[in-house]
Amino acid sequence: MLKSINISSVFVLDQDEALDFYVGKLGLEVAADVDMGFMRWLTVRVPGQDDRELLLEKPGPPAMDDATADEVRALVTKGATGFAVGWVTDDCRRTYEELKARGVEFTQEPTEHFYGIDCGLRDPFGNNMRIVQPAPQPLQVPEEYAVNRI
Amino acid sequence: MSRAVEEQNRRLLRARDAMDRSYGDPLDIPALARIALVSEAHFIRTFRATFGETPHRYLQRRRVERAMFLLRTTDASVTDVCFDVGFASLGTFSRTFRAIVGRSPSEYRRASDESTPVPTCFAMAYARPSTFGEAPPAKRG
Repeated sequence: MLKSINISSVFVLDQDEALDFYVGKLGLEVAADVDMGFMRWLTVRVPGQDDRELLLEKPGPPAMDDATADEVRALVTKGATGFAVGWVTDDCRRTYEELKARGVEFTQEPTEHFYGIDCGLRDPFGNNMRIVQPAPQPLQVPEEYAVNRI
Repeated sequence: MSRAVEEQNRRLLRARDAMDRSYGDPLDIPALARIALVSEAHFIRTFRATFGETPHRYLQRRRVERAMFLLRTTDASVTDVCFDVGFASLGTFSRTFRAIVGRSPSEYRRASDESTPVPTCFAMAYARPSTFGEAPPAKRG
């Protein structure tokens, strides 16, 4: 039986630039930064949450050939790699203002939904992420979204 | 693939994000091309090559998608919905809506009020306009 998620990955085009963003702007901390020879194992995490890391993975050899890495880089910069990360905050509007002041690129201002208040942003490479301030439980799901699970 | 293309992708994505975010504003090609830091003609050509449709068409689909949402979930008049989602004229809105959805805004609202004979998750997945907004041929303007 699986118990939890401890690591997930996002493709970044440059790991130093990624650190500037994820640590310098978002306020995460480096969990691991290891030169393994064939790759730089670089992970970050939310301070205080030790069991969940985000791998900042650079596409390229030897894991994939240069041409494939180029395709991945093109997809990332087109914003075509899907939803990358969902972050949680206690105060979405305040976090939005703080990060915006640091130059973070937002795709959507804080917006109220039944599930909470959230906003959208991209990392410098094009990865799509959101920051949510969850609504109090139990959620009041509008009929519009009341999906029947079958 | 050169790094210059990646830079261009990123700038085009920034312009596309502006459409998703500010669809209700009077966005035009010159404003979007400025976000992408390219000329208007170059913007239209490269946007299409990158995302598979013109920026104009992308913005239309975004606006129609928002209009569908408002028609389903609010009592706002068709005219109010039209201007809320960024169309400047009711005629253009109605024509564009029909071309993409295959029925008029009023017909769409009426149909969405009727009970759906399939599970909601299927309705959610299949009721949205397709990626390239193809309505049934007979109904296209």
